[in-house]
Amino acid sequence: MSDMKFTEDHEWARDEGDDVVVVGITDYAQEQLGELVFVELPEIGSDVSQGDEAAVVESVKAAGEVKSPVSGSIIEVNESLVESPGIVNTDPTGDGWFYKVKMADRSELDGLLDEQSYKDFVAELD
Amino acid sequence: MDDTRPPLSELEMRGDFIRRHIGPGDRQIAEMLAELGLGSIAELIDRAVPASIRSDRPLDLAAAKSERATVTYLRRMRERNRIFISMIGMGYYGTVIPAVIKRNVLENPGWYTAYTPYQAEVAQGRLEVLLNFQQVVMDLTGMELANASLLDEATAAAEAMAMAKRVSKSRSSRFFVSDDCHPQTIALVKTRARRLGFEVVVGDAFGAAQDTDCFGLLLQYPGSSGEVRDIRPIIERAHADQAIVSVATDLLALTTLAPPGELGADIVVGSAQRFGVPMGYGGPHAAFFATRDGFRRSVPGRIIGVSVDSAGRPALRMALQTREQHIRREKATSNICTSQVLLAVLAALYAVYHGPDGLRTIAGRVHRMTLILAEGLRRLGYDVVNDAFFDTITVRVPGQARRIAARARESRINLRIVDSDHLGISFDETTRRSNLQALWQVFDTRAPSKIGIDELDGVVEECVPDPLRRRSSFLTHPVFERYHSETLMLRYLRRLQTKDIALDRAMIPLGSCTMKLNGTTEMLPVTYRQFSALHPFAPLDQVQGYQQLIEELEEMLCEITGFDAISMQPNAGSQGEYAGLLCIRQYHESRGEAARDVCLIPSSAHGTNPASAHMAGLEVIVIDCDEQGNIDVDELRAKAEQHRKRLAALMITYPSTHGVFEERVKEICQIVHDNGGQVYLDGANLNALVGICRAADLGADVAHINLHKTFAIPHGGGGPGMGPIGVRSHLAPFLPDHPVVDGVNPAAAAAGTIGAVSAAPWGSAGILPISWAYIAMMGGPGLRRATEIAILNANYIAHRLDPHYPVLYRGEHGMVAHECIIDLRDIRHACDITVDDVAKRLVDYGFHAPTMSWPVADTMMIEPTESEAKREIDRFCDAMIAIRREIADIESGKADAHNNLLRNAPHTHHLLLDGEWPHPYSKEQAFFPLAALAEDKYWPPVGRIDNVYGDRHLVCSCPPIESYQDDV
Repeated sequence: MSDMKFTEDHEWARDEGDDVVVVGITDYAQEQLGELVFVELPEIGSDVSQGDEAAVVESVKAAGEVKSPVSGSIIEVNESLVESPGIVNTDPTGDGWFYKVKMADRSELDGLLDEQSYKDFVAELD
Repeated sequence: MDDTRPPLSELEMRGDFIRRHIGPGDRQIAEMLAELGLGSIAELIDRAVPASIRSDRPLDLAAAKSERATVTYLRRMRERNRIFISMIGMGYYGTVIPAVIKRNVLENPGWYTAYTPYQAEVAQGRLEVLLNFQQVVMDLTGMELANASLLDEATAAAEAMAMAKRVSKSRSSRFFVSDDCHPQTIALVKTRARRLGFEVVVGDAFGAAQDTDCFGLLLQYPGSSGEVRDIRPIIERAHADQAIVSVATDLLALTTLAPPGELGADIVVGSAQRFGVPMGYGGPHAAFFATRDGFRRSVPGRIIGVSVDSAGRPALRMALQTREQHIRREKATSNICTSQVLLAVLAALYAVYHGPDGLRTIAGRVHRMTLILAEGLRRLGYDVVNDAFFDTITVRVPGQARRIAARARESRINLRIVDSDHLGISFDETTRRSNLQALWQVFDTRAPSKIGIDELDGVVEECVPDPLRRRSSFLTHPVFERYHSETLMLRYLRRLQTKDIALDRAMIPLGSCTMKLNGTTEMLPVTYRQFSALHPFAPLDQVQGYQQLIEELEEMLCEITGFDAISMQPNAGSQGEYAGLLCIRQYHESRGEAARDVCLIPSSAHGTNPASAHMAGLEVIVIDCDEQGNIDVDELRAKAEQHRKRLAALMITYPSTHGVFEERVKEICQIVHDNGGQVYLDGANLNALVGICRAADLGADVAHINLHKTFAIPHGGGGPGMGPIGVRSHLAPFLPDHPVVDGVNPAAAAAGTIGAVSAAPWGSAGILPISWAYIAMMGGPGLRRATEIAILNANYIAHRLDPHYPVLYRGEHGMVAHECIIDLRDIRHACDITVDDVAKRLVDYGFHAPTMSWPVADTMMIEPTESEAKREIDRFCDAMIAIRREIADIESGKADAHNNLLRNAPHTHHLLLDGEWPHPYSKEQAFFPLAALAEDKYWPPVGRIDNVYGDRHLVCSCPPIESYQDDV
């Protein structure tokens, strides 16, 4: 788990090597949203900037956006979420990933929270 | 025996309605005051309402009229409306509401007093009819998905434009509108486009459109002129350019014409008015909006979907709620909130009543009559412009249009004057043979008095080309075949009604919704023919009764709110917000301050506020609230000053959405004015102000007035509403006008108003008599009394519930306004019981839940209104307190954390039939937790509905017949 980085908006980013990063939302985020009913994914080939809205999530009670933790180009999206958004609830940091991005600037990762810092951040919220 | 002799005036009981409208009598009021430790109503108001905003100036309104005198007065008023046969068309047609539907739905409080079906378990009856409505629209338009109604056809067209921009891949910001659309539709699209930054090009869809690069097109089929043209080539071409094609259409025509869906349309809109909904001088009516399944998340308005309940049985609910503005807020793309449920219900039931064959027969008759009319006119030497038509023709009458139209009026017929050379004639369900004869005589006074109608009938040929005739079947679902006998229809209606909780059953304590009495006398004029059978574009000399009503109501509302002018045009609160913000923008522009485009909105505001601001092209900046729920005045001042050059407006709700009279409201308004901004007051909570303080005196420049909350128009199960706006005189020149009817805004600025915001000049005029009658019967003192008792009732509830559920916000002296918010957050933390659980458990006790989780998550907002008597309020509080005891058992571990009374609520009768009793508590606890319930038990038709399932598996057409088997 040590290769994961986090944002204060409850996204995670995992470095897969070759400047590729996988992005998803944290367990805390999925729990706050409740059971997801809809996920809108970015288009493959589109560019995202750090902090920009890259995907949309909806439960029956809330709507939210997934802000990209890093800048880059979208190279793959998790199509299975379209049919089964509930995967995000059951496995947010595994099968519930959203998209893969080819990073434009590796150093952006350094600015994100590490696991312990994120845990501390969430603990403060409750 | 008391020997004092009351004066005759007292025996006449002139103000008797006041005590009928206000629930608690003097003794109950005294009891509640005593409970609160107060000596008098005056003391209550003194403590609840800040002295700085109170006005002791009594309302200058006529003395309260009795119910009988009111009816007499309205009857005299209606005599000033003259019913001519309307052949004006333009989206409004004569129709016959089946008597069984009129009496049992339109005139029945079981239907018209219900609320929006957020609590789906207690709304299955009207949800079923709304699903029928969607099915009717989908079938007739040939589209895959339909919503359950928008405000009017023109608004639906404007929404179609906004959605086209969202879903189109075209980068153009141009929107093309066919010049054969209804003029009010074109006007409204232009109003909307202006602040969204779109360029509207109006032209011949078969000419100019070919060369116009645009993100979307709007066509009318059949056209406003009546012409039926093949729109397929236009659609194909538009699609090649990635433009989205919207088609405005007519449901009755589509029973005989190829549906737009089969012609390739992306969005189909229109009005369902002629399906048994009276014209009502402009409304209310239900508009529809249908599209492809792929655009389901972009559809504005409410969609009814099929889901399952806790036992897996089919159950209905409003689907995809997260699209609504109260969740999306600044990201909302539409401010549409209320729909037109009662009118959609009427239209759907009209289709159920007639079935596909009946509708085909009606449409066939209308079309045949039109063919015969056209042939007769041709024989008289007139040039009928149309090649193909359904029910409307345009006749060329060079230089004579006004003369002939005047002659028609002599025969009590209204024609459409298109221009000085052309007349439009529209037929409808009510057209008779004698009308044909009369028309021919109008066009040619020497016409033989008996042109042989049957002879013409034998020779007229179908004018609609074969590819545009309907081949596909429609309304094949059994619900459209089952209830054609009146006996079966009657029972169907009663069965549906029984499933729902409306005000005829119990109080509906929804916060900010003001579910007060909708008095029967107030409702009577709605179905007077002289009010209901008038076309909104009828000549003004025929509608003097309505003009009198509107003027008198405007005066009443000006007196109550302190504003100088009123516009009746906005036909919902959200549309009032939008219109008011447009007025503010235009005002700034008129002073050379077009750069003012920032709108401050408190975080506690209703979601329509930021959505309306966004639609008005304003940038929203959120102002935080302090712990007491009041606007953070320091932050407001800082932000107002920071944006001094760009500040356009503040939107504020008063009393606040937290149910508190903010002490510093005048200071807040002053800060905004000092920085060049205008103050918009959201009138949702006006019921706490009437007679005590005037909105304009607080410092507001403009406010909307929810006539369906404060002024007794019923909620109709989720619409109609009415949201007229009041303005101070400097904004009056910008109030809406209308493209067809002159003089709608008598103060109109030479440089122009904001344009039209509703299809009809005075919005949903047909329900204005309700508010007029309410004010007339209450009078100034009665209205003030209503406000006082609304505040008393709310404080009494707060007092009774506080020991069990803490009241979250209070004013400076510990009082709430006309509603209160109770806090359930600790309960959730302690035992995971949510507001949802409490809401559903209230169903077992026979109540509709209060507003849930708004404006604060995990709370309930309760507004009893003045109309609920102490006994009913006590019954509600007893239920809430009993539920709190049930929660305590879960907290203490005495009851199971999962298998308990709340989690399993609501409990249905199916539990008594499905094998062994599955719960650790008794049946009595489940169904009859309070002894009083034995007297009148509400049995919910379905268990708790699975929202997640419904949104994941969206189905918004009628389910197969097996799922109705319970009913058979």
